[in-house]
Amino acid sequence: MHFQLTDDQRALQQGMRELLAGRFDRDALRAAVERPGTLDRALWRELGEAGFFALRLPEDDGGVGLGAPEAVLLFEEAGRALLPGPLIATHLAAGVVKGAADGSVVVTQADGPLIEWYEAADAVAGEEITDGATVPVRSVDPLTPLHRLHEPAAAGDPLVGLFTAAEQLGSAARTTEMAVQYAGEREQFGAAIGSFQAVKHLCAQMLARTELARAAVYAAAVTGDLADIASAKLLADEAAVRCARDCLQVHGGMGFTWEADVHLHLKRAWVRKERWVSQGALTELLAELLVEVG
Amino acid sequence: MDLTYTEEEEAFRAKLREWLGQVLPTLPPKPDPNDWPGRRTYDMGWQRRLYEAGYAGLHWPVDAGGQGATPTQHLIFLEETERAGAPYVGANFVGLLHAGPTIAAEGTAQQKQQWLPPILRGDEVWCQGFSEPDAGSDLAALRTKAVRDGDEYVITGFKIWTSHAEVADWCELLVRTEPSAPKHRGISWLAMPMDAPGVTIRPLRTLAGSTEFAEMFLDEVRVPVANRVGEENDGWRVTMVTLSFERGTAFVGEVVACRRTLTALAGEARKNGRWDDPALRRKLALLSAEFAALWRLTQWNVSESEATGGVPGIGGSVFKLRYSHARQELYDTAAEVLGAGALDLDHEWVLDRLSSLSYTIAAGTSQIQQNIIAERILGLPKGR
Repeated sequence: MHFQLTDDQRALQQGMRELLAGRFDRDALRAAVERPGTLDRALWRELGEAGFFALRLPEDDGGVGLGAPEAVLLFEEAGRALLPGPLIATHLAAGVVKGAADGSVVVTQADGPLIEWYEAADAVAGEEITDGATVPVRSVDPLTPLHRLHEPAAAGDPLVGLFTAAEQLGSAARTTEMAVQYAGEREQFGAAIGSFQAVKHLCAQMLARTELARAAVYAAAVTGDLADIASAKLLADEAAVRCARDCLQVHGGMGFTWEADVHLHLKRAWVRKERWVSQGALTELLAELLVEVG
Repeated sequence: MDLTYTEEEEAFRAKLREWLGQVLPTLPPKPDPNDWPGRRTYDMGWQRRLYEAGYAGLHWPVDAGGQGATPTQHLIFLEETERAGAPYVGANFVGLLHAGPTIAAEGTAQQKQQWLPPILRGDEVWCQGFSEPDAGSDLAALRTKAVRDGDEYVITGFKIWTSHAEVADWCELLVRTEPSAPKHRGISWLAMPMDAPGVTIRPLRTLAGSTEFAEMFLDEVRVPVANRVGEENDGWRVTMVTLSFERGTAFVGEVVACRRTLTALAGEARKNGRWDDPALRRKLALLSAEFAALWRLTQWNVSESEATGGVPGIGGSVFKLRYSHARQELYDTAAEVLGAGALDLDHEWVLDRLSSLSYTIAAGTSQIQQNIIAERILGLPKGR
């Protein structure tokens, strides 16, 4: 047993972090917020060239030939950076929908009652969506356009749950860092607010939540087991939403502004929480498994 | 990232399982929980069997008399012994998990020779004399003083939360040897024989009604200077080695047991009809996810310490913080499953619920754990 990142996995993670730091920095993020519904196609193709979408395709089919653990590391980075777009649907469409693998085509897919990026996408994977089957939603997340389906689609591939959990993990880690940084800089009562235990303990709980979710998400990526993925999704949803909330609290009044990035993490975390299988169905699944084991 | 065990690790597991299958049926009946001499005999008898089978001090270094096993083998050992229902470490807890590792890391060759083999063989029990009435979370504020008199220290003071003191042969004792130094720099670590004149033990009854802890009064107790481990006034550093061991793998078996308890709770709820309550099913499911993740975090931490060769670090504090709360949540949920039965002390879950209340206090309160995480891991400024 060696449940740690390998050197290759670390390098992959580092490479994606650097690519996104260069191509999707804070200015790019805020620019994206100002033009909702528009995807950066050049960035999408760069992601394709970097192997983001073809990562798990066999090398013989022009892919990178890696597995779910490596994909999870990439989606974690995407979650950290709040990278917009139907990343998971396009990744899962690689090798199925022409052009998905190299990033020349943007693919989306219905997920339960919702479909993300319906108008901006070039193709819809899975069941065809007929005219009039969708109605636009005024999305709470400025970086995720949403349509509602009159007829909800079937629950998606468990990999949708796993990769969404990985994005949530990345977001939780990022909001923890943001809170710690702000708590170390912001001064009140003549001291950095991070020197007060009430603030310190919020930050410590954020880290604990994130690291526990990390263990669950990485393990689910390795085993591919449905119960592990369900557990990981629940913990990662909780970590992303809760850490964003705590990060907002640590930022005080600034946290309630449009200008601070915290709300973008919180709103995206809410969107991701609705993906794949509902929270209620996930807990019912785990409860049933407890009975079966017994 | 790899969660599969190597052939070597699986062979270790198979051999251990086979041995457990043979030895467990030969154990004497478990003693009454309040029969402390009986519990000592039982716990030390189990340790003796481990010793004879080559499993004593599994993760201790070979030069300390241990087996030099890898952290993963140690994890397998803790997992398998729990699964098989083997006895817990019991009265040997301090010897195997605190005092022994400290002596192994910091003691002289002669000290290792004197104290480690009897711990491994199950001949001698150790207790811990750290906390004092005015030195709990602020352990370094301890005041029990040791005054040098020739080649002896003369010790006077008052210790509390001394576990297994009634049946212990030795005490790992923290004393103040330099009253004028800053508080962390005037402490020494001593091995004190419990039969020394001037040692008085008074059992301390916990809210669970049990007496595994005691108060210990020390009145001019004489301990040879040769019993000091580490330099004089360097006892704080020596002790920190011990405490990080405690936060490492001390709870592995318990996580395995908690996951089994969850399954049993679901079974009980199905029987008594409370399973029909969706709020209860949701609680059990969330606990199931939490404990599954705690197990994965344990595997992560073990792999990390195997790679770095170090004592458990970051993950240990995160684990302790989440596990202690999860355990309390588990037994509060058990009480929901039991209903009125949760008031019956004869039910083991009720006693476990009571003892779970110590988990967010012992070995560093949750508040102290959060300070440690915030300051040492996240780098937030020290404050009040």
